[in-house]
Amino acid sequence: MVPFAGWEMPVQYEGVIPEHIAVRTDAGVFDVSHMGELEVEGPRSHDFLQSVLSNDLDRLSDGDAQYTLLTNESGGIVDDLIVYRLSPFRFLLIVNAANREGDFEWLKEREIAGSDVRDVSDQYALLAVQGPHSLELLGLNDAPAFTFAEGMVDGIATMINRTGYTGEEGVELMVPADDAAELWDRVIERSVTPAGLGARDTLRLEVCYPLHGNDIGPETDAISAGLSWVCALDKEFTGVEELRRIKEAGPDERLTAFVMEERAIPRQGMPIDGGGEVTSGTHSPMLDRGIGMGYLPAERAVPDAELTIDVRGKPRRARVVKKPIYKREAGPSGGD
Amino acid sequence: MAAIEAYPDELRYHPEHDWARIDGDEATLGITWYAQDSLGELVHFEPPEVGSAITKDASYGEVESVKAVSDLVTPLSGEVIEVNQKVVDAPETVNEDPYGEGWLVRIRLSDQGEAQALLDADTYRQLLEEA
Repeated sequence: MVPFAGWEMPVQYEGVIPEHIAVRTDAGVFDVSHMGELEVEGPRSHDFLQSVLSNDLDRLSDGDAQYTLLTNESGGIVDDLIVYRLSPFRFLLIVNAANREGDFEWLKEREIAGSDVRDVSDQYALLAVQGPHSLELLGLNDAPAFTFAEGMVDGIATMINRTGYTGEEGVELMVPADDAAELWDRVIERSVTPAGLGARDTLRLEVCYPLHGNDIGPETDAISAGLSWVCALDKEFTGVEELRRIKEAGPDERLTAFVMEERAIPRQGMPIDGGGEVTSGTHSPMLDRGIGMGYLPAERAVPDAELTIDVRGKPRRARVVKKPIYKREAGPSGGD
Repeated sequence: MAAIEAYPDELRYHPEHDWARIDGDEATLGITWYAQDSLGELVHFEPPEVGSAITKDASYGEVESVKAVSDLVTPLSGEVIEVNQKVVDAPETVNEDPYGEGWLVRIRLSDQGEAQALLDADTYRQLLEEA
C-alpha cells in the first residue's frame, strides 16, 4: 500500500505484470474510488461547462460521456476529465484525485448564475472493470464506448460507464460508497483479477493515455500534448485564443511516444539528448521493453527518429513510435 | 514461478540483502529471497563490465522491477570475471531461483579476509525479523 492523493492505494496484489496481462487478455478490476466526482446542475449548467471545458458539449445527449479538458487562459491543462450528461441540466465530472479540490475551486470561482457545482466525491465509489472479457464476466450487454446507463450487478444498483484508462473494453461502475465493498467482492467472485495502481500505470502508458501531473499540466498546452482532438477550437472556452494561435503556428514541442532500442527502463525526469525529458516511463509487459513519453522539439517528434536517453548517466538508445505504443488488433507498433 | 522463502546456510550475507557463495579465491554474488520479493518481478539487470573492479559495500550494478530501481551492493571486493547472461536476457530468473540460476556475477576476491565481516544465515534471518 502507498499513499496517493490522500488515499491508501494498493500498488499491486499478485504483481504488476500478471495483473497487466490479466487486463490485456481477460479482465481486471481496479478500485479507483480516489477519483473525484463533481456535479454541475442548473438551467445554465450546460452554458457554463461549455465555456470552461475544451470539448464540444453540444455533441452529448443524455447517457453520453466525453473526454475533455479543463483549460486555463494560456491553453494549459488544469485537469483532464470525463463529463457525463445526466440530463440537459445536470452533468457529472469524474476528475483526477489530486485535482479534485483545485478543480472544484476553479469551477466555483467561474460559476455563473443558474449553475451550481458540488463536490460529491465522498458519496461515491468507483470500480473499473477492464479487459476483453470484462462485460461477459459481469454478465453485462455491450454498449458503445463513452455511454452510460443505470443497471445492476448481482443485485447492486450501479451506474455503468463504458469508459476506462487501459485501452481495453470495459466499464467503470459508480456506486454509493456504502455498496463498494460488496460490489468488489461480487466482481472478484466472477473471476475478475484484482489489479493495482502499478498495472494501471503500465496499461495507460502502453496506449499513450497522458497522466495529469506527469505528461500534462497547467504549464503544458493541449495542442503540444497531442490533445487537439478534444479541443473544439470553433467554440469559445477558456484559453481558446491561445490554443488557436498554437495550432495555427504549429507547436514547438510535441508529447511523443518512444520505445527503447536497448535494454533499459526510462523513468520520469530522465533527460533526452537534444532537449526534453521523460515525462512517463516504464517497462512494457506486452512489448517486454522500456517505453515512455516526453516532449520533443517538433522536428524530432516523428516516427523512427533516433533518441538517446540518459539513464542514470548511461546513454541508451530509443526510437520514436506512433501512438499508441501498444495496439491489440494490429499487434505492437514498437517491434524491431 | 516465485521461489519459496529461504536463506541457505552455506552462503554469507550483506545487510543490504545481497549474498555471496565463497569458493577459494572466487565468489558468486546475488540478491536474497527478501530482496527479490520486495522488488517484485525483475525486468532489467544492469551488470558491471567483466574485468571491472568492485568494492565491498559499494554499488556494482542495478536491478529493476516495473516500479523500482535498486542498487546492487557487493558484499566483497574483487574483479568481475563473469556476468550471468541468463539474467541479463531473462531477469525474472532471479525471482524464480535467487540462489541458483539467478546468480548475478562471479568475482575474483581481492581480500579474502573481508568475508569475516559478513553475516551468516541465522544472523541475516534475525536482521529480517527485526526490520
